[in-house]
Amino acid sequence: MKKLSSANLITVLLLIVFFISLIVLEQLIAPTDRMNMLLVSLRQGSIFALLAVSMNLLNGFTGLFSLGHAGFMLIGAVTYAIFSIPLAYRDMVYLYYDYVIKVSFPEIFGNLLGGPGMMIGVLISIILAGLVTALIAFLVGLPVLRMRSDYLAIATLGFGEIIRAIIMWQGMGRITNGANPLRMFTRTDSFNITIGGYTFGLITFTLALLSAVGIFIILLLVTSSYGRAFKAIREDEIAAEAMGINLFKHKQLSFCISSFFAGTGGALIAIFMGTVAPIQFRAAMTYEFLLIVVLGGIGSITGSILGAMLFVFASMWWLRGLDSGAFLGLERITIFGVNLGEQVFVSGFRLVVFSVIIMCVVLFFRRGLMGDKELPYYVDKIRSKFKPTPKAGGVDA
Amino acid sequence: MSLYEFVLANLMSGISIGGQYALIAIGYSMVYSILRLINFAHGDVFMLGGLFMVFLAATFPLWVAIPALIILIVALGFTIERVAYKPLRTAPRMSVMISAIGVSYLIQNLALYFTGGLNRMYPNIPWLSDPITVLGVTTRRVTVVTPFLVIALVFALVWLINNTKIGIGMRAAAKDFDTSQLMGIKINSVISMTFVIGSFLAAIGSILFFTSFPGVFPAAGAMPGLKAFVAAVFGGIGSIPGAVIGGLLIGVSETLIRGLDVILGPANLGIISRPLELATFSDAFTFILLIVVLVFKPTGLFGDKPTDKV
Repeated sequence: MKKLSSANLITVLLLIVFFISLIVLEQLIAPTDRMNMLLVSLRQGSIFALLAVSMNLLNGFTGLFSLGHAGFMLIGAVTYAIFSIPLAYRDMVYLYYDYVIKVSFPEIFGNLLGGPGMMIGVLISIILAGLVTALIAFLVGLPVLRMRSDYLAIATLGFGEIIRAIIMWQGMGRITNGANPLRMFTRTDSFNITIGGYTFGLITFTLALLSAVGIFIILLLVTSSYGRAFKAIREDEIAAEAMGINLFKHKQLSFCISSFFAGTGGALIAIFMGTVAPIQFRAAMTYEFLLIVVLGGIGSITGSILGAMLFVFASMWWLRGLDSGAFLGLERITIFGVNLGEQVFVSGFRLVVFSVIIMCVVLFFRRGLMGDKELPYYVDKIRSKFKPTPKAGGVDA
Repeated sequence: MSLYEFVLANLMSGISIGGQYALIAIGYSMVYSILRLINFAHGDVFMLGGLFMVFLAATFPLWVAIPALIILIVALGFTIERVAYKPLRTAPRMSVMISAIGVSYLIQNLALYFTGGLNRMYPNIPWLSDPITVLGVTTRRVTVVTPFLVIALVFALVWLINNTKIGIGMRAAAKDFDTSQLMGIKINSVISMTFVIGSFLAAIGSILFFTSFPGVFPAAGAMPGLKAFVAAVFGGIGSIPGAVIGGLLIGVSETLIRGLDVILGPANLGIISRPLELATFSDAFTFILLIVVLVFKPTGLFGDKPTDKV
């Protein structure tokens, strides 16, 4: 095991501080508080981070331009929901179908072991969601990964749509509830822990922790010899093959692992949103994650995390005023008889501003926030500015 | 309605929709064959064609609105290429495709903003949307006109590509991008022309498509766009007759799948007793077709064999 460099150490410390502050914040902010938006954004942001990183593994590190993410997320979300709805609620959820799957892991383990047991059940459902997604990705990968790069993009996009059609098909209704939403599975307050009469809310912490574990596993993979093989494939397939890398095997591995985390991310999204409606998982969703990856920097894991956080915070919170007629006092300005607050800052303007920003990144800052470097690299860079003389040997990138 | 009439009505609307897909598909096919770029924004340009018409027809008479629409859409296609794709000419292909996705995202969000996400009723175009009866089936005139118009446009385009200077430039650029530049072909004007032709056809396609469609909404172009691309791949990227045949096949199979329950149901053939509800798959079928084609004949029906260079 390599010794942690000081830049890495600082990054790890930052992470620990982040998680402790998450727990503290969650106890301080009441759900009715205005600042609750911060918690909601943090929850969504960390899930989006996992999803963006899993997409980056495929698009950024392996160089496979895949656009099937939304479909794989849907599989994960639906699988999670099916195996988590308590049996007592199933009649209410499956209004038009006789449900066939009569297993609810959180319920089984909850009855067995009480509160912590339910958490184990949730965890099992999430992992199962990932496994089912990875299995389907494996089958999808068999034909798709042999195609040329741009055909791969359109074929994965197609598979995303096919998956959605199958899940929404009435013939699958007894399992997936057809086009109707799945709901009434895990509630956010079931993540609360009561110790000595005081209730600790842990939903934000749990979601962030699960995402972090997923991201950490991807990080380990990317820095392993497999990761180096992925990068070799990205740079030049023919040269990589000549170096003895089995192209198809490595592509399939990257595809399945990326889809595994797309599935678990989908399950986390299901927990976050409380319902799973297949109609939401359109190709447009995949595009959003692709743009997050571009924003953060293609081929940078910390970049994707930052990109996801920025995306969520901006769209959920900071730019919200653009939709509701109040933004940094700009709403008082009137140009050519057009009042910005009343006529321009109306519903939908936020997304327009957003897409313009993203187009600027795509056109003028093609490297995104981080390029293909990670956070420790920048920590070192900043620190070296404060040092009078850089030490010999320089920075290890 | 008898089985014969039902099938015939379905076939006719399928051919008509297929022709409209073909018009969009040509735009994809030409751009792809020269730039190796899936122009994800093309479907959204097509949708804007519908949306502009809604606004134009509200203020101008039709003989002004239609030419104005075509000019606007052509200008838009030209601008998109100049602003979003040209600066990335030397960048990796993935960057250009991401730029195309960004443009698509921007157009959809702009449309969402200006329409408020509402479904806008497409204006009634007098001659095209009149009902007529052909072979015992009542339909709109546009259904009958589309195939003929598509054939005429395709012949004009093929002539243009085979006989004009710019057409030769296009073929040369499609064959070998770098060498064609060395041979003195003004690559930028050739590419611009490609986008102009593609947008022109998309504008015509949007008039035909939305006339028999309930309305225009921001995501209306996404699905037809993807289907048109699949049509282009099916026929063989770069081949214009291929794009037309691909479009027709997709259009016809899509409408037949929608009508499958009625055709096979107890009232007609009586093969099935319960509806299969396969209509959900009418969109997905296109992609099933795509994957089958890519696995068994990656170059499409009429495509050139790609040369792999190390």
